[in-house]
Amino acid sequence: MTVNWIEILITVIKILLVQIILLTGVAYTVYTERRVSAFIQNRIGPNRVGPAGLLQPIVDVVKLLMKEDIVPNQANRFIHSLAPAISVGVALCTVAVIPFGDKIILFGREIKLQIASVNIGVLYILALVSLGVYGITLSGWSSNSKYSLLGGLRASAQMISYELSMGLSLLGIVLINGTFELDTIVLNQYGWKWNIILQPIGFITFLVAAFAETNRTPFDLPEAEQELVGGYHTEYSSMKFALFFLAEYANVIVSACIITTLYLGGWQFPYLQTFGISPMIMSILQILTFLIKAIFVVLFFIWIRWTIPRFRYDQLMSLGWKIMLPASLLNLVVTSIIVLLLKYN
Amino acid sequence: MLTDYIPIVIIMTIALVIAVVFIRFSTLFGPRKPNREKLSPYESGMEPVGTAREKFSVKFYMVAVSFIVFDIEIVFLYPWAVSFLNLNGEKMLYAFIVAMIFIVLLAVGLIYEYKKDVLKWD
Repeated sequence: MTVNWIEILITVIKILLVQIILLTGVAYTVYTERRVSAFIQNRIGPNRVGPAGLLQPIVDVVKLLMKEDIVPNQANRFIHSLAPAISVGVALCTVAVIPFGDKIILFGREIKLQIASVNIGVLYILALVSLGVYGITLSGWSSNSKYSLLGGLRASAQMISYELSMGLSLLGIVLINGTFELDTIVLNQYGWKWNIILQPIGFITFLVAAFAETNRTPFDLPEAEQELVGGYHTEYSSMKFALFFLAEYANVIVSACIITTLYLGGWQFPYLQTFGISPMIMSILQILTFLIKAIFVVLFFIWIRWTIPRFRYDQLMSLGWKIMLPASLLNLVVTSIIVLLLKYN
Repeated sequence: MLTDYIPIVIIMTIALVIAVVFIRFSTLFGPRKPNREKLSPYESGMEPVGTAREKFSVKFYMVAVSFIVFDIEIVFLYPWAVSFLNLNGEKMLYAFIVAMIFIVLLAVGLIYEYKKDVLKWD
């Protein structure tokens, strides 16, 4: 097994590029959310720093970095610092398997527009989603505050409940594609054969589960500010506090990318191959298609947040266990029956 | 095959570095003026009563136990789902029937939980 150093250099460049785009994307998703919410609620929103308030996210980050870092005296100091690191680390690692485009030819070298082309892509996503629960649960427990504990418990119960229907919805995708590789799943969605058309119920259950996993309204019970102050991040301040928000918005962007990849055809632009464009422009168009689809899903997340009110906790749990879980199980059974009828001979 | 995972190791290292830099930054450059009030856990401005390491509702454990059962179901179904399309004829029918028996057994478990009011929050 020889290690190809040029390949590793290319990988490092790809990772740094994607992380910089992701972190900038997080900053501007926060800005967009504030502007869109202001528009929906008939307010103005941030508009003072820079043209139309565009420098606001940078100023916010600088302010948060310079704030005092407070750790409550009864807290478990190590886990208190570890929890935001887990949340952010998980959010930043999930992008590794998402294909942003097909192959691009740069300097006579064929480069795959995906950081890690592993054959267990879907499982990797599920594994990291499960790890995300630890960050929130540990932050709730280690703060030694009652609000944090309740927020952390609620969050962990909610996230594991919806993880089930997320896993079962993904099974439908795996079933009709016969692979875990995300790049193959995207390649199978040529033309209008998007998985959203082949798996409509699976798409809805996955979308709802994605909202619940990212703790966004209508599933933001863990940080229901009217009852739990700040939920699991009540006792956090300065950059550790900001890291939870960074993780939340990074998760929103990553979920949007995953939804695009799995259900909305990824970088596939219907019938683009038939136009006969040069490969370079085609690659750029594919990346742009992917980005535009992902941005639409992010805007959808924001739109839902400012439109739908929060669930009550018992409603949340009964939705998860009594509707989402049976619905995604049924989707799996129906999908397997259809696959059997089409392929059995 | 194993070389496919090198990028994942690299991205995890980079994510860890980013997280540690962010966490250390404000402790290094931020002000540090602690006092007793600032360091006590927030409890609506009152003196904290007792500790947060208390008993909590058994419902959360019930959710965790049900989660483990169904999560393992999903884990068992993944190898079936990924190879189902590549089977043919008799083998496909056999795989289908076996998986359906498995899913029905767990669906019965879910109905039992539902009837026993395990999934009910009050």
